[in-house]
Amino acid sequence: MGKVGIIGVGQSAFVRQYPGSIRELAFEGFKAGMKDAQITVKDVDASVICSAPEYDKQRSPAGVFAEYLGLNPQPTCYVESLCSSSSMGLRLAYSLVKSGLHDVVAIIGFQKMSEISSSESQERMGRGADIQWESPFGTMMPAYYAMYARAHMVQYGTTPDDLALIRVKSATYGQLNEMAVYRKAVTFDMFADPKDRMAAPVASPLRVGDCCANADGSSCIIVACEEKARKFSKKPVWILGLGAATTSVNLAGRDLFTGLTVAQEASRQAYRMAGISPKEIDVAEVHDCFTIAEMMAYENLGFAKPGEGKDLIRSKATYKDGDIPVNVDGGLLSKGHPIGATGGSQIRTIVLQLRNEAGAIQVKDPEIGLVHNIGGVGLYGNVTILGR
Amino acid sequence: MSRSKEKEIDDRFKKFGTVSFTSITKTNDFIGYLENGKIMGTRCKDCGINFFPPRADCYRCLSGNMEWFEVSGFGTLVTYSKLEYGPVGFDADLPYSIALLDYGDFKIFGRIAGNIPDNEIQVGMKMKAAANRLPNGQLNYVFQKV
Repeated sequence: MGKVGIIGVGQSAFVRQYPGSIRELAFEGFKAGMKDAQITVKDVDASVICSAPEYDKQRSPAGVFAEYLGLNPQPTCYVESLCSSSSMGLRLAYSLVKSGLHDVVAIIGFQKMSEISSSESQERMGRGADIQWESPFGTMMPAYYAMYARAHMVQYGTTPDDLALIRVKSATYGQLNEMAVYRKAVTFDMFADPKDRMAAPVASPLRVGDCCANADGSSCIIVACEEKARKFSKKPVWILGLGAATTSVNLAGRDLFTGLTVAQEASRQAYRMAGISPKEIDVAEVHDCFTIAEMMAYENLGFAKPGEGKDLIRSKATYKDGDIPVNVDGGLLSKGHPIGATGGSQIRTIVLQLRNEAGAIQVKDPEIGLVHNIGGVGLYGNVTILGR
Repeated sequence: MSRSKEKEIDDRFKKFGTVSFTSITKTNDFIGYLENGKIMGTRCKDCGINFFPPRADCYRCLSGNMEWFEVSGFGTLVTYSKLEYGPVGFDADLPYSIALLDYGDFKIFGRIAGNIPDNEIQVGMKMKAAANRLPNGQLNYVFQKV
């Protein structure tokens, strides 16, 4: 059986408040992906629509989008795994193509977080955890990840300063990314100034600067069977490895608090499928919803040994010119995190890198890239390995 | 409508926590025990596995044959976080700390008692979970120093 290739990638700008409806937002990412692929809607055999539920008044957005995007009468469906929805959508699209059922599938991720207020949004996100046994205590995403940060600090001597260094890196590249919602610089000194907003405590030991920016946005990835990929694209990027995993939603059901088991397991699967080791990854996008999440990703993906993630950021190994560049598009921290659109945007960045079309953030001649996309508090993990 | 025709609905779980998001579950007796100051888990009578939080169904042997056991003794503080912001409905509780205790056989997710100063909280310390009534009349449990 042939390979599955990515022939088009696109995204909308990630913005604080999108001035349009969700179908119009989805159209922006889709249009960019279609223009990149240089195909028409007639060439698309099916669509997969991805987002986290309960932000929209619209029920079942997939059918609405299929019409608005000009994808009738082709089939569509909705895929969700919270923040990793569009990586899960890519996984489904891969199997649809690999099985021979369809030749070309478009994966559209979207989220219009501004449909609801910020505190409502925190409440929705908190309910992505265990609503029966955890949410009644007043949980939020930052607090859950803060519990991982605390455990990491106690066990490995990681410091709040190490986490601040990750944010400084993200902001370095967020300034270069026209699609990013947060385009300002963040300096190490801001974290040291108690009067600076970046240093304000959110959920100890995490501070405002450790948390990603909410955003509205959409993304689009178009995949094709090998024959069509070679026909439509001069530079198809191949899906070499896919991994996906789950764990207990309640932290009480877990044993590891210095890393995410779903990332360990999904990356093990993806490396095995691709037949490569972590050393062969030239550029990576990881799910830095919080700075600690990027730190744990270094270790869970095998870029560093457990507890040694801090050495990578201290030595700037994850900067653009380092040994293993990570999130050189600004990451979720600065580019923004419109939940359902995030995975597709991460994949877009790696595809552009592998095509040597990433502009100011281009890493030197990468051959293999990796995307790490997590849903909920390490509830869902998706790892995708791409090669040119 | 006569009362006898109304179906008796056991929605005790709506009393759990500052804001409960669940009202009906097969583990509603947890709330009855909590009212009486007891924190209970469930044990599968067929295969012996202990569950906290309590479950009505055993994933190991697929049995629904459960009995309650009381959480007793001490746990170890695995990790925690103090929240300066809270979700909708929790503002009056701020600031508060959420935490995880390891009892060996199982772990418990909950809150650290509000009367413990920050500088006395340390990962690895021994704590015990205790039933607690909140100012708004709701019930939860908190982790206390031992």
